[in-house]
Amino acid sequence: MLTEVLFYIFAGLAIACAVSMVYHKNPLYSAIALVGVFISLSCLYLSLAAPFIAVVQILVYAGAIMVLVVFVIMLLNLEDDKYRPSLRYLIGIGGGLALVLMTQALFVFYAVLKSPAGNNASENPVGSTLDIGKSMYTEYILPVEIVGVMLLMAVIGGVMLARKFDAGEDERILKDELEKRHLDQ
Amino acid sequence: MEPSLASYLALSGILFTIGAFGVIYKRNAIGMFMCIELMLNAVNLTFVAFARYYGDVTGQLFVFMVMSVAAAEAAVGLGIIIAFFRNKVSVDVDDASILRN
Repeated sequence: MLTEVLFYIFAGLAIACAVSMVYHKNPLYSAIALVGVFISLSCLYLSLAAPFIAVVQILVYAGAIMVLVVFVIMLLNLEDDKYRPSLRYLIGIGGGLALVLMTQALFVFYAVLKSPAGNNASENPVGSTLDIGKSMYTEYILPVEIVGVMLLMAVIGGVMLARKFDAGEDERILKDELEKRHLDQ
Repeated sequence: MEPSLASYLALSGILFTIGAFGVIYKRNAIGMFMCIELMLNAVNLTFVAFARYYGDVTGQLFVFMVMSVAAAEAAVGLGIIIAFFRNKVSVDVDDASILRN
């Protein structure tokens, strides 16, 4: 009973925060609303017996990613979003897409509601850090390695994209490097 | 009584729909970025709900992978936004029209 009440509270909070995120024109308000979504989803993960994922959600999303986003918003000193009347048709397209997606979601909802298997939670909840760590470093070692390489690529790519190049800097770096190698030989 | 799997899937569907609408509706690159994060989170909720109801840890593991991808996306995406702002002094996606002509 208590789980159900908590589910409805946090589900309502998540939906309200998501709607206010799309509604607000100031990017900073949107970012704060998105933090609200992350926190209520984290509470739902706790009720789904996934404490590790709940903590990682707070640490990675609300902690790291949103701090980065808010930092960029502050750095660029953005003004409010301006809506151009010529792009009003996008609301129609977005609404149509939303309708299609919502129909699909309702279809899945009914299919799962009718199926006998999906309605009872499994007897033994998995999701302790031990369970996740075990399967991460035995069965799924390859995806973990690939994610590691991808994060390294993202770090290098982020630095390359965000730094400022002056004209001819590439050639200068290349020439210096070639000279250094020539001296080494 | 616990909420059924279907209610978690319905919540996830609603959040995903709001995110998809936002990506099309918003003109601001950072706003679109945040809507994509919302969609990733909706999918994460589905993964965790299935992991709970089928008693399989794989779902939670892939949530971890999705979070790593989201972190990488944040680093590269915000780098692109900063580079774009440096050239155009705006983050409006309609100003990214060099390739149109």
